[in-house]
Amino acid sequence: MEPEHQSPDEPHLPAPTLWPIGFAIGIVVALVGLIISPTLVTPIGGVIAIVFGFLWAREATAELRGEPTHVEPERREVVAEPAAVTLEPVGVTRSRFLEGATLGLGGVIGGLITVPVAGFALLPGFLDQPNTNVDLGPIESFPVGEWLIATFVVDPKQGEVSRRTAFIRQNEPVDVGGKPEPSFTIISNHCVHLGCPVQANGPTSKYIGKEVIHEHTANGPVRLEPVIPAGYGCPCHGGQYDPEGNRTAGPPVRALDRYDFRIDKGHLILLGTYSVSHVEGTGGTALIHRYKMAGPGEHIDGIEQLLYPIQPPHH
Amino acid sequence: MTLRRPPTKAQLRRKQVEELVLYPVDWLEERSGLVGGVKYFLFRNVPADINWMQTLGSAALTAFLVQAITGVILAMYYVPSATTDPATGKPVAWESIVNITDNLFMGWLVRGMHKWGASVFIILMFLHMGRVFLFGAYKYPRELNWIIGVLILVMGMMEGFTGYLLPWDQTAYWASVVGINLNGTAPFLGPWLAQFLRSGQEITGETLTRFYALHMLAIPGAIMALIGLHLYLVIRLGVTSPPWSKEAAGGDEEEPLNGRVGLTQPVARGAGGRD
Repeated sequence: MEPEHQSPDEPHLPAPTLWPIGFAIGIVVALVGLIISPTLVTPIGGVIAIVFGFLWAREATAELRGEPTHVEPERREVVAEPAAVTLEPVGVTRSRFLEGATLGLGGVIGGLITVPVAGFALLPGFLDQPNTNVDLGPIESFPVGEWLIATFVVDPKQGEVSRRTAFIRQNEPVDVGGKPEPSFTIISNHCVHLGCPVQANGPTSKYIGKEVIHEHTANGPVRLEPVIPAGYGCPCHGGQYDPEGNRTAGPPVRALDRYDFRIDKGHLILLGTYSVSHVEGTGGTALIHRYKMAGPGEHIDGIEQLLYPIQPPHH
Repeated sequence: MTLRRPPTKAQLRRKQVEELVLYPVDWLEERSGLVGGVKYFLFRNVPADINWMQTLGSAALTAFLVQAITGVILAMYYVPSATTDPATGKPVAWESIVNITDNLFMGWLVRGMHKWGASVFIILMFLHMGRVFLFGAYKYPRELNWIIGVLILVMGMMEGFTGYLLPWDQTAYWASVVGINLNGTAPFLGPWLAQFLRSGQEITGETLTRFYALHMLAIPGAIMALIGLHLYLVIRLGVTSPPWSKEAAGGDEEEPLNGRVGLTQPVARGAGGRD
C-alpha cells in the first residue's frame, strides 16, 4: 500500500478547457491584422478573442457561480469498506479566495506596468516612420546620359548620421502620353549584401576633368561628383554590380535598391527607396523588376522570398 | 601538575583586541547569518587533485567585474549623443570618447582596460567552456549549469556588439550596419529584429542611445543574474575531479565531508544509484 496514493474521495478536476486556444487564435489574428489590415482583420481577431475570452471566463467561473460542473465519469474498483465521510468545503474557502485575489491583483498590476512599458520599448521603431523627401536641386545640374555621385543629408535635424549617397543619371526624356517627361536612374549605394557603401568602379571628376558641383537646397549642402562607372563594388565583402545595379559577382542576393523621384518646380526630389530583383535594358526604357523595400541580404524573389513573408512597416 | 600563571599584560591586550575585532563580525552574523554564508561559499571541500585549469571560471568572473567597474566609471564621462557639436562639427559621443582618452586623468587607462578587457572576458569564457568540456564537467548533474554558461556567453557577445557602436566613429557605425543587417537576414523575424535594434529603418541617434541602454543596463543585469545562478549551482553540485582523478566520481561511501548531503555532494538519483 502506498500511503500517498490519491484518496478515492477527492473530487475529480473538470476536463481541460479548449476556449483559451480560440482566445489565443483571436489575439494572433488581431496582431497579424495590425500589420496587414488594421481596419478589417484586426476587428475580426478582436471579436474572436472577446467571444472566446467570454466563454473561457464563463467556464472558469462556473464553479463560483454555482453552475454544475461537467465531471468526467470515473471507474474504480469497489472498495470493500465504506468510504469515510468527509466535509466538502462549500464554494471557495477564505484562504483560497485570498490566494487567488493576491495573485490576480498582482497579475493585473504587473500587466498594467509591463504592457505600456514593453510597447514603448518596441513600437516607436515601427510606427510613424518618417518619410523625408530630399531636394537635390535643379535637374539642369544633371547632364543627360552622365553619372553623378550625389551625397546629401536626408534629415538636417539628424545631421551627419543621415548622410546618404546615390548614383544618379538623367536619361533621355521618356514619352508619357504623347509628351516627353524627364527620366532618372537613381541607385542607392547601400550594398544589398549587408549594407556597406558600394563605390563606383571608374574615374571620378579629377581624372575626367569635370568639376564637382556643390549646391545648397532645403536639405542643406548637396555634392554632385561626375563619374564614369564600369559598375559598382562593395569594399566589405566584394559584391559587384553593373552600372544599372544588377548583381554580377559576390554575395549580394539581388540588384541595388533604387530611389523613387518626382520633379517639383524643376527640382529633382528623392522619395523613398524600393528594392529591385534585376533590371533589363538601360535608361528610361529599362524594365525594372520592382519590389517593396526589403533589408540588405533579404531575398525578394525566388523560393527564398518565403523566408521573409512579412516586412516591418516602411515609409 | 602544572601551575597556571596569571595571564600577562600582553595576553590580556591580545584578548581584548580579538574581542574588539570579533564583536562587529558576531553582531552581523547573529542578525543576518551572512558571515557563515560567506564562509560556506568560500571554504568548500573540493577534490584533492583539483587543477589550475579550474580557476578559469573565477578568472572570467574577475574579467566581468573589471568590465563592470571600468564601465561604471566610463559612464560618468561618456555622452551617448549623436548630435553634432556646433563648435567643432563633430558628434558629441565621439568627442566625449576623445576627451576620456586624451584629456581626463588616467582616462586612457580605464578606457583601455574596458576595451581590451572585453576581449579578455570573451576569451576567458571560451577557455573556461573548453575546460568544462574536456573535463566532462557538463555531465549529470551539471547539465543545467552548462546551459546557463552558454547564456552568459551569448550575453557577453551581445555586450560586445552593443558596446562596439558607442565610440560612434566610422568603424563603429559600419560594423553596426553590417551586424544589424546580419541579424536582419534571419528568416521570418529577422527584419523585425533589425528594425527593433535600429529603432527604425536607418541607424540614427536613437540607435546609439538604445545600444547604450542595452549595453550598460539591460544586458549586464541579465549577466549578473545568470552568474548568480551559475555560482549557486557550482556550490550546490560541487566541483568536479579532473578526468585523470583516481578518486571515485560522485562521492564515496563515507559520510559526506561536511555533513551537507546534496550540497557539495549530489545525492545519487534513485535508490540503486545511476550505474
